[in-house]
Amino acid sequence: MAKLRIDNVALRFMRRGGSPVTALEKISLDVEENEFSVIVGPSGCGKTSLLRLVAGLIEPSEGAVYLDGHAVTKPGRDRGMVFQSYTLFPWLRVAENVEFGLKIAGIETGERRRIALRYISQVGLDGFERAYPKELSGGMMQRVALARALANDPEVLLMDEPFGALDSQTRSLMQELLLKIWERAHKTVLFITHDIDEAILLGDRVYVMTARPGRIKEEVDIDIPRPRTVELLTSERFIVIKRRIMALIHEEAVRALA
Amino acid sequence: MVSFVEAYFAPKKDIPRRVYLSVSTLVGVLGLAFWCVLAYGGLVRPDFLPTPVAVAKAAIAGAEDGSLFVNTYVSVSEIMTGFVLATVLAVPLGILMGSFKIVEAGIEPVTNFVRYLPVSALIPLLILWVGIDMWEKVAVIFIGTFFQQLILIADVSRSVSHDLLDVSYTLGANRRTVVTRVLIPATMPGVMDTLRVTLGWAWTYLVVAELVAANKGLGYFILNSMRGLYTDQIFLGIMVIGLLGLIADQLFKFGRNWLLPWATNL
Repeated sequence: MAKLRIDNVALRFMRRGGSPVTALEKISLDVEENEFSVIVGPSGCGKTSLLRLVAGLIEPSEGAVYLDGHAVTKPGRDRGMVFQSYTLFPWLRVAENVEFGLKIAGIETGERRRIALRYISQVGLDGFERAYPKELSGGMMQRVALARALANDPEVLLMDEPFGALDSQTRSLMQELLLKIWERAHKTVLFITHDIDEAILLGDRVYVMTARPGRIKEEVDIDIPRPRTVELLTSERFIVIKRRIMALIHEEAVRALA
Repeated sequence: MVSFVEAYFAPKKDIPRRVYLSVSTLVGVLGLAFWCVLAYGGLVRPDFLPTPVAVAKAAIAGAEDGSLFVNTYVSVSEIMTGFVLATVLAVPLGILMGSFKIVEAGIEPVTNFVRYLPVSALIPLLILWVGIDMWEKVAVIFIGTFFQQLILIADVSRSVSHDLLDVSYTLGANRRTVVTRVLIPATMPGVMDTLRVTLGWAWTYLVVAELVAANKGLGYFILNSMRGLYTDQIFLGIMVIGLLGLIADQLFKFGRNWLLPWATNL
């Protein structure tokens, strides 16, 4: 049984004038346990909506999402999420931010501090435990957001273009960090991006989405062995896969413009 | 000269603290000098414009017979009562109004109606209903500030990022936790800023109320001084109000930086 199953999900909403819009159409995909799945697609294809459906933040018009066989009806700590925007609580220090989920779950102080420090250390922010978010750079804030999501030990980690707002140097550092953490813990991840390099570098499997209405156009296995590093970006194998995905996306972009 | 312009006239660039203070002091001194020239130079009649020394003397006289303190105390206590009452109600209600459509639907239309009524137009009615004692001033200040605070705080609450609430849900928070641990703290800097601005408005309403009907307070002091053409006292009254405003504003500024060290400093 798949860890996470998206089963025939459609999402429609009404425009202000009353005309219906189909954002997502009949999407089905399975994410296996410990697998890193990436959805890549042009902007406006509804990939963020898809992730929010999995998180339980919005409800599908049709179909359902299942986690370990149970239908998702609302958000919960079993599906941690990292957003593209900076979502740290500005009034909490780094450690308190990371502890937030543990605290509301009722885990006692000493234990949750120990867990928080472990994840802060994993994302390379030792020494910043007492800093407020306003003192951190964008990349550091996203690292804390990642630590905060991981500290809750979710069944699935959802990532919505988490590095999209960062400059390219910081982004590749963050990608390497995420690879390192993932290769150690093997969390089940569903990651969204419009960056093809990022998709191939990180994913075990890449789903290419179509322009609106969003559908899964193709599933591409990334059979590149791990551990991976950014050096991979210039390897022949990588470029072959990249060319294929680019062609798929290009088709979509052309179709969207037509 | 060119280097001076180069160094201190770049938009949004910081200037040395020393230069900042010098400029502030210089403008203050120039203002005072201008006043002296007008008053001592005989350019304006003394019953129109008192000299700085006359105002200082009025302050000493007012301090000696205690009238200055009594009037200040009365005004400050009226304003504090009205402002605190308005704040205590407007902050929670405004936060709810900005975040719960159902509360907004209930309160916003009425608020927008009352908000555009000039409070001064309500004074006769309030005198009729409440009388001319302290509570009438409190009522004027309350009506004048409460509805403005409500709208401004609702906007603050409305502008709290959706992602901040959503991330809390994904971390396992329920609605109640999201409201108490995320929404409310997130509004605090904006709430403090709103209070700071509306306290200034409260002073305006207070003085208007005291000018219409009062037997104590700084507004009354100013009006009464006009009747005897004691321009020095009028100036004194105005300056005390300005000074109190300045002090309150600084207190708010320091209070915000002290209470909310995590927010962007003022």
